[in-house]
Amino acid sequence: MNNMSVCKSHRERLAKTVVDLPRSGIRDFFDIVAQMKEVISLGVGEPDFTTPWHVREGAIYSLEQGHTGYTSNLGMPKLRKAISGYVERTFGPSYHPDKEILITVGVSEALDLAVRALCNPGDEVIYHEPCYVSYRPLITLAHAVPVVAETKAEDGFRVTAAQLRPLITDRTKILMLNFPNNPTGGGLRAEDVKDIAALAVEKDLIVITDEIYAELTYDRPHVSIAAMPGMRDRTIFLHGFSKALAMTGWRIGYACAPPELTEAMMRIHQYTMLCAPIMSQEAAYQALQQPERDIAEMKESYWRRRNFLHAAFTSMGLPCQKPEGAFYMFPEIRELGVTAKDFALGLLDKEQVAAVPGTAFGPCGEGHIRCCYATSMEDLKVAVTRIERYINGFK
Amino acid sequence: MDKYAFLFVPTPTGELSMDSLLSLLRENARVSLEDAALQLDLSPEEVAAQIQALEDQGVIRAYQAIINDEKLADDAVTAVIEVNVTPEREGGFDHIASRISRYPEVTSMYLMSGQYDLMLFVEGPDLRTIANFVSARLSSIPGVTGTATHFRLKTYKHHGVLMETDEQYERLQVSP
Ligand SMILES: Cc1ncc(COP(=O)(O)O)c(C=O)c1O
Repeated sequence: MNNMSVCKSHRERLAKTVVDLPRSGIRDFFDIVAQMKEVISLGVGEPDFTTPWHVREGAIYSLEQGHTGYTSNLGMPKLRKAISGYVERTFGPSYHPDKEILITVGVSEALDLAVRALCNPGDEVIYHEPCYVSYRPLITLAHAVPVVAETKAEDGFRVTAAQLRPLITDRTKILMLNFPNNPTGGGLRAEDVKDIAALAVEKDLIVITDEIYAELTYDRPHVSIAAMPGMRDRTIFLHGFSKALAMTGWRIGYACAPPELTEAMMRIHQYTMLCAPIMSQEAAYQALQQPERDIAEMKESYWRRRNFLHAAFTSMGLPCQKPEGAFYMFPEIRELGVTAKDFALGLLDKEQVAAVPGTAFGPCGEGHIRCCYATSMEDLKVAVTRIERYINGFK
Repeated sequence: MDKYAFLFVPTPTGELSMDSLLSLLRENARVSLEDAALQLDLSPEEVAAQIQALEDQGVIRAYQAIINDEKLADDAVTAVIEVNVTPEREGGFDHIASRISRYPEVTSMYLMSGQYDLMLFVEGPDLRTIANFVSARLSSIPGVTGTATHFRLKTYKHHGVLMETDEQYERLQVSP
């Protein structure tokens, strides 16, 4: 008798949450681009700078000194202390390095910890789309229910308290925010932040705020919701080193939150991750020795490229919100009568320029493409000429 | 204005974009007016006016190419020369420094703190020319009391530019 016949397929064995988990639209697109040569890519989600030399040098030195072991679950005390100082002077709220700061493997891990630490099955989590690709999957992996607020180009891709209020039910536990935003570059005004904070207090919500692009805000000072009255103790403030300090590959980030919440996230982290890699923690510590200086130089360069690309899109008649922060532009291609995916595939095929279809960041990203301007001016110029030629082909 | 104030202030305009303009020109002095204007959110006329003002004020002294000498076929030699001088009663170091700096062989020159007074970068087609310059011209200038000459062996970095390009690191073409 052949007992192979009773053997389940692996697909049948998989957890239902995973079977239902969609592949990232980014991943699909990546596979297509990877097969092509000579592509100018506006498809990346990371800085084009390498990590500042003194940071790399600091990490090399720590390796030479033999710092290769585990660290405390929360992360190295000297790094937590440096983060506490940086967050207070940059964003306002003060967090105790021993009880309120957890070093994580990127903001990616911190997002996962925050959602999992708080959600019971069926709890509702409100977030806004278009947004970073991991938000919805993390919510469903935590068996919670994603509730979406759609942001729009005409509002500068802001989310407002008025828009959020009707989405709140008695199952709503968390509001997730990400400003400046990936993929839209949208930012919030101080009034928006204040109103949303008041709503969170009124409805007794926890806010998870992913402020990974905070320093890359070009037109007005960044305002953190964690600094609003009544918010510090109901906010999980997430930040990291990937973007403003050009450290994506180090995989290092952090969560700042009141002691009970930090402790809860730490409980998951200690079993799943133990600690963030020590060499990355050493590098992060080094990066916090002069972050303002390093960031200012890179930021100025992004600012110039943002101005250039926005002017270029505008002059070729591509409607485009001037992004307030991060390093993304989210122009609208709706009027050309193609889907975002077809537009992006055609652009890649005809002109060898990669840009990500807006739908990778949620269904309401339809009609847009995400262009990252963290690439050289020379490449940006060539990309602009090619995009213009491509869209003229539609007319 | 403090350069780092740029971090947390509204759009740089007016005075601040002077700094931004300079840092753009430091990176690439050949940037066109139109390009600079797009990048700095100004009009080409405004950029032109600001550059003119910077030139008039003597902030911008010249525009030059940065060249990797080692790629050139000639055997040109560069020396760093430490010079001790007796400052003059009137004019201190400036008068004698001005005399020395006018020699075309001198490509850079600084007044220094520490063991010696002036540091000169001197270039010549060969060793002998530089030796001649030191013995015949430099040492004979009244007020020069001593020199020490060091020859350059290799250039790793010049004016902020590395002379060797790192191997291109392949970044992911698409990432979240
Ligand atoms: C909004 C947002 N949050 C989080 C991340 C992940 O960052 P990290 O490298 O810290 O995991 C990204 C990266 O693209 C992002 O855009």
